[in-house]
Amino acid sequence: MKKSVLEFLEETAVSYPDRCVYSDPERTYTFAEAVRTARAIGSRVGSLRAPGRPVAVFMEKSASMAVAILGVLYGGCCYCPIDVSMPEERIRTILSVLDPAAVIAETDSRDLTKLFSPACPVWDFAGLSGTPEDAELLAHIRDSRRETDPLYILFTSGSTGIPKGVMGCHRMILNNLRWLAKEFPYEPEDVLGSQVPFHFVISLHDIFVPLRFGCSTYIIPQEYFSSPARLVNCLNDRHVTSVFWVPSALTVVARLNGFDTQLPAFLRYIFFIGEVMPVRYLNYWRRHLPDARYVNMYGSTETHVSMFYELFRDFRDEERLPLGQACENVRALILDEGGRPVPPGSEAEGELCIGGAALSLGYYKDPEKTKDRFIFLKTASTESERFYRTGDIASYDADGNIVYHGREDFQIKRMGYRIELGEIEAAASAVPEISECVCVYNEEKQMILMLYTSAEKIDSRTISGRISERIPRYMMPNRYIRLEQMPRNENGKADRRGLKETYARSEKK
Amino acid sequence: MDELLEILNDINPDADYETNEHLVDDEILTSFELVMLVTQISDEFGVSVPSEAIIPENFNSVRAMMDLIERLQEDE
Repeated sequence: MKKSVLEFLEETAVSYPDRCVYSDPERTYTFAEAVRTARAIGSRVGSLRAPGRPVAVFMEKSASMAVAILGVLYGGCCYCPIDVSMPEERIRTILSVLDPAAVIAETDSRDLTKLFSPACPVWDFAGLSGTPEDAELLAHIRDSRRETDPLYILFTSGSTGIPKGVMGCHRMILNNLRWLAKEFPYEPEDVLGSQVPFHFVISLHDIFVPLRFGCSTYIIPQEYFSSPARLVNCLNDRHVTSVFWVPSALTVVARLNGFDTQLPAFLRYIFFIGEVMPVRYLNYWRRHLPDARYVNMYGSTETHVSMFYELFRDFRDEERLPLGQACENVRALILDEGGRPVPPGSEAEGELCIGGAALSLGYYKDPEKTKDRFIFLKTASTESERFYRTGDIASYDADGNIVYHGREDFQIKRMGYRIELGEIEAAASAVPEISECVCVYNEEKQMILMLYTSAEKIDSRTISGRISERIPRYMMPNRYIRLEQMPRNENGKADRRGLKETYARSEKK
Repeated sequence: MDELLEILNDINPDADYETNEHLVDDEILTSFELVMLVTQISDEFGVSVPSEAIIPENFNSVRAMMDLIERLQEDE
C-alpha cells in the first residue's frame, strides 16, 4: 500500500522517463527531469528537518510550480500555494497563520522581504533546482512517511475575515487516484488541460493524476479563457483529452459560442466541480461533443473529490444535476435537524456530511473550528466515524442520488471561488464612514452587491479602492448601494433575506 | 459611446474606462465579465459578436470596443 503520491511518481518515471509530465507555453518537464528537480528541491527542504511543516510556494502558476510542489513533498513538508495576485494585507494575514518553514519564490516575484519573517528562508526556484541531491536524507524521509502525513494547506475564505487553512493529507489523493483508475482511467497518451489555480483543491487532479497514469498536464494560460476561439485552438494544438474545470469556465465557452469555428477534437473526459453547473450551458457542450464522458463532481477543500454523477441521459435546461453517489471508500450522509441520518428513500432535506478516505485532517492551528465542522457520528452500520459537515443542504432523489439544494450559511461560489460574504463585510471596516453593511449575491448574474448605511454619501470608488487592499479581486462587490436605514428582522439583525429578495433576486431559478 | 460606458460601469464600476487601454490584459475585464459584456453589447447594439472576435485586442479599450461594434454593424 502506497503512503505518498511520490511513490507513483518514481514508478512512472521509470516506465516513461522521457514523456512529458507538466508543460506550459514556456517550459516542459519530462518525468525524469521532474523527479531530478523535485529531488534536488526536496534535499534542501529536507535539510530543514521540519517534517510536516508547511513550505509556502509563492510562484505564478506554471510547470515549474508543479515541480516545486513535488519538491516540497520530497522534503517531507506540505505545500501551501500562495496566490501571488492577492493584496499584500491578505498575504500577510495568511502568512501569520501559516508560519512557513521556508518559501519557494521566483526571482521576479514582488519584493518578498517585507512579507516574510526574517527567520524564514526565502529560496529562489531556479537556484534551488541546482541543489545537490542528498539521497540518504531523501531515503530517510521516505521511510518515515505515513499516508496521514500532511500534503497541503490551502486557504479558503473565512466568515470572520480571517482566511482559514485546510490541511489535507496524502491518503485523500491516494484514495482518489485508486478510484479514478477504476472509474475513469487515464492512458499515458492523455493530456489534461489545467484551468484552476494551484491554490484551488481542484488542482490536485491536474498536479497528481499524471504521476499515477503517466499522462501529462498542460497549463492553459489564463488569458485564453477570455478568448474562446483561441482556447479551443489551444486544446487542439496540445491534444487535450481531459478537462477538470469549474463550471464557470465551461459556461464561458458556451455563452460566447466557443465552438463556432472549431471543436475540441480530442476531448474525452469533461469533469466539472466546485459550483452548480447550469444544465443549459452543459447542453451546449453535449450537443457539440456528444461522445465525451461528462461527470458532475462534488467536493470541497476539506474533502477533495467525494461524490460524482456521470451523465447517461439528457437533462432539460431547467433541471439540476444530481451530486450522485459517494466515491469508493468515501461515505456521504444527510443529517436531519436532530442530527439523525436521513434514510435513502426519504425526501427530507438535511446537511450533507462526508466521511471516509476523502477527509482532510482539519483546519490548520484551529482545533475549535475543526471540532465544530469535523464531527464523530455513530450510525447503524458503523462504529463512531469522523465526518465533515459541509454546510450544504441536500436530499435523496427517487434514484437514491444525492441532490444539492443550497447553503445553510452565507458562503457563495463565484467563478468557482468559494467566498464567505462575511469576509467581504469584514473588509469594509477599512472604510470607517460605513456604519453597517451586508453583502448579498445574485447567483444568476454572479454579482455581489454591498448594501451599506453611512452618515454621508461615499463615492463607490473610494469604497472599492479601500477594500481592494484587503480582499482579492474575485471577492470584490460589483455594486455599492447606500441605504437610508438597514432593514431589520424580528431578532433585530440586518434582514439579509429581505435584502437579497429586493436587490439580488435571480430572475430564473 | 455613452451606452457602452453605461454597460461597462454596470458590470464593474471600479475601472477608469475612458483612459485605460488594457482592460482585458490588466484583468479588469475577466472572462466572466466579457460574457456579460458581449451579451449586453449584442442586445443593446443589435449585433452578434462571433467567437473569433472575442479576443483581448477588441476589448482592451472603449475605443476598440466601439470599433468592433461599428464593424459588426456594417457587416450586418
